[in-house]
Amino acid sequence: MTTPDAHPQPAARPRLGVFKFASCDGCQLTLLDCEDELLGIAAELEIAHFAEASSDAAPGPYDLVLVEGSISTPEHLDRIRRVRADSRHLVTIGACATAGGVQALRNHADVDEYLATVYARPDYIATLATSTPVSAHVPVDFELRGCPIDRGQLLEVITAFLAGRRPGIPNHSVCFACKRRGNVCVTVAHGTPCLGPVTHAGCGALCPTYGRGCYGCFGPAGTTNLPALVPLLHRDGMSEEDVGRFLHTFNTAAFAAVEEQGPGVTGAEGAE
Amino acid sequence: MTESTPRSRTLRIPALTRVEGETALHLRIHDGTVLETRLAIYEPPRFFEAFLRGRAHTEPPDLTSRICGICPVAYQMSACRAVEDACGVAVGGQLAALRRLLYCGEWIESQTLHIHLLHAPDFLGHDDVIGLSRAHRGHVERGLRLKQTGNAVVELLGGRAIHPVNVRLGGFHRTPTAAELRPLAVRLRGALDDAWDTVRWVGGFDFPDAECDADFLALAEAGTYAIESGVPTVIRYDEPFTRRTFPLRDFCDHVAEAQVPHSTALHSRLDGRRHLTGSLARWAVSGHLLSPTALEAAREAGLGDPPAPPGAGGTGRGSACRNPYRSILVRAVEVLYAVEEALRIIGAYEPPPHPYVEVPARAGTGHGATEAPRGLLYHRYALDDGGRVTDARLVPPTAQNQGAIEEDLRRIVQSGVDRGEESEAGLTRLCERAVRNHDPCISCSAHFLELDIERTPGSGGPAEG
Ligand code: SF4
Ligand code: SF4
Repeated sequence: MTTPDAHPQPAARPRLGVFKFASCDGCQLTLLDCEDELLGIAAELEIAHFAEASSDAAPGPYDLVLVEGSISTPEHLDRIRRVRADSRHLVTIGACATAGGVQALRNHADVDEYLATVYARPDYIATLATSTPVSAHVPVDFELRGCPIDRGQLLEVITAFLAGRRPGIPNHSVCFACKRRGNVCVTVAHGTPCLGPVTHAGCGALCPTYGRGCYGCFGPAGTTNLPALVPLLHRDGMSEEDVGRFLHTFNTAAFAAVEEQGPGVTGAEGAE
Repeated sequence: MTESTPRSRTLRIPALTRVEGETALHLRIHDGTVLETRLAIYEPPRFFEAFLRGRAHTEPPDLTSRICGICPVAYQMSACRAVEDACGVAVGGQLAALRRLLYCGEWIESQTLHIHLLHAPDFLGHDDVIGLSRAHRGHVERGLRLKQTGNAVVELLGGRAIHPVNVRLGGFHRTPTAAELRPLAVRLRGALDDAWDTVRWVGGFDFPDAECDADFLALAEAGTYAIESGVPTVIRYDEPFTRRTFPLRDFCDHVAEAQVPHSTALHSRLDGRRHLTGSLARWAVSGHLLSPTALEAAREAGLGDPPAPPGAGGTGRGSACRNPYRSILVRAVEVLYAVEEALRIIGAYEPPPHPYVEVPARAGTGHGATEAPRGLLYHRYALDDGGRVTDARLVPPTAQNQGAIEEDLRRIVQSGVDRGEESEAGLTRLCERAVRNHDPCISCSAHFLELDIERTPGSGGPAEG
C-alpha cells in the first residue's frame, strides 16, 4: 500500500495475488463479501495484487495466488503461465477456473457460429475454440469448487494456507450436507429431479433447503455414480435431452468427464 | 509504458483497477487536443446469447445470472420478466413485492460496495479500501456493515448473495414466512442510520467540475422509483424538460448495438445518440418519486431537488445532476431509499398462497427490463412452442454507457491537459476516476484499464513519460 500506515504491519506478511480470467467476478467478490474478516485478512496477508479491489498492483512473486476464471483466449495461455511462474501456491477458485465454467458450453459447439451469433464482425474478436480449466495448462495446488465458491470454504483455504496445512474441504456429495441439515429430500418427497447425489458439497445443500433440486453448481463430487442417478431423473419426468441439459451448465466439462468415465473416483478433489 | 517517435507518442498504462472486469484505454492526443478516447474492453467473450439457444424457457434466470457476480439479481429479474412476457404471465401482488425486496438487497449491497470499496478511495486519495480503512476505519466499517445488510436480504430471499438459487419463473421456489423476515427488519432499521451517515459522508467529498452531455435513459414507473419494472423513458440532453417514452418491445429499434473493432463489448446508441443509464439517469427520470427521507438526505448532501416533471406535483425547482463525479451521491441516496423501501415491503408482507405462479411455455417473443444498480438491463427471448429459446438478446448497462464514458473521458482528460497535466501517473488517475464514476460492469458488457496514449506533440510543449 502506498498509503502512510498508522499501524505498521510486520514486514514479512505472505503476499496474496488475485487474478482473473474469463469469469463473472463473483468468486473474487466472495472475498470482498467476507465483511467480518476482510480487514483481518488484510492484516495477515499483504494484498499485493487484486485489481478489482486495489489500484496498487505490485509485481510478484506471490506466496498465495487465487485464480478466478477459465482459459479462453490466446492471451490467457501466456498469462496463466506467467501467473504460475510468479506463484508459490496457486489455488483456483470457482467453476470457471476449476472446470471451464459456463462458457465451456462452447466446447462442443461451433465457435465460429457462436461468434457470428453474437458479433457482426467476428474477425475483431480473438478467442479460443474452448474454455478450459487452469489445471489443463499449469500445475494447480488446490481447486476450490462452486459457482460461486462458498465464503466459508474460501476462508478455510486461506486459513489453511496461513497455517501451512491442507484445506479441510470434504469431497463428499451435497446429499451428505442435505441430510446433516435435516432437509426433507426433494426427490423422495416430491419427485423433484436433484443432482445432489453426484454434486460436490460446499453450499450447505442450499437448493434443497429452498425446496428445489440441486442443479450441480459445485460440479461432480469426489466419488459419483452418475449412471445410477440417471434412471431416477427419468422417473422424475426428465427426457434424455433434459438430463443432458441438466448436466451441461456451469460445470459442463467436469460432468462430461464423469459421464465418460462411469462411476468411481473422479479425481475432482484438489491436488496437494 | 511509453513509446515515442519524433512526431507521435503512445503512452500505455496497464490495467484500470477497482472496476469489475477488464478494460484498456486508448487516448490519442494531438497538439494538446484530445482527439480520441477509446475504452477497449478486452474481457473475453463468453457467448451467452449463443448458448442460450436450445435451452428450456426455465433456464435463462440461472444461466444469465452468471454473466455478473456483482448484479446477479438484475440478470435474474430481467430474464424472468422477459420469459414471463413471452409466456403471457404477469407476476403481481406479494410475489412482485418480494422481487422488489430482493432487488433492494442487491442495490444496497452493490451500491455500497461501489461507494466504499471502489469509489470513495478516489476522493480521499487512497489506492484501495485497505488504505482507506487505515485512515477512515469507522467509515469503512460502516460500509461493510451496510453491505452485509444488503447481502443478508439477498441471502434470505435468494439463498446466497452471489448467484441466488431461490429465484424462478413466476416467483420463488420458497417464499419466506413473516417471522423469517422480522430479524431482517431489525437489521434494516439499524441500517437506516448507516445509510444516512453514508449520504452525509459522501456529501462532504470534494467534487471536481464536470458535465456529462449524454441523453438519459431510465425506466419510469407510475407512483414509485422504478427498480424491477417500468417503461423506458428518455430525457434528451438538449431538451431537459421533455420526457419521451417508448414501449419496451421497441427497445431494439431505439437502442441499437454496434460492434467496434477495439472492444469485445458491443456499443449501443439511443436513436443514434450518446446515452447514459444508471444512477444519474434514474435521479433525473424518477428522483421526484423517492421517499421524503431520501429527498431530505439528498438536499442536505448538496444534491438539491430532482427535476419535477410537469404535473407530477414536484417542487418545481429541481434539476438533474449531470456531474458524473457526483453519481456517488445519488448512489448513496439510492441506498438510503432501498433500505427504507425494504422496510416498507417487509412491513406490508403477507405470505402469498403459493411461492410462484405457473409459467406455461408457449411460442412467442418476450421483453424484460429492470434497473440494475449500474443501469437499465434489457433481455429479449424468442421461444418456440416447446418453450425452447430460439433467440436471445441481452443489452447490459455498460454497453449502453460506453459512448458516454468515452466522451466523459475525452472532456476530463482535455481539462487535465489544459491544466498542464502531462504525467503518465496523473493522466491514469484522471482516467480511472472518470471511468469509475460510472461504476462500469465490464463482465456484463462483454462481459480493467490499460491506458494507451498516442500523442502527437504540437506547440503544447514536450510530452513526457
Ligand atoms: S434433496 Fe437432493 S441433495 Fe438432498 S438428499 Fe435428496 S437428492 Fe440429496
Ligand atoms: S444445492 Fe447444488 S446447485 Fe444448489 S447451491 Fe448447492 S451445489 Fe449449487
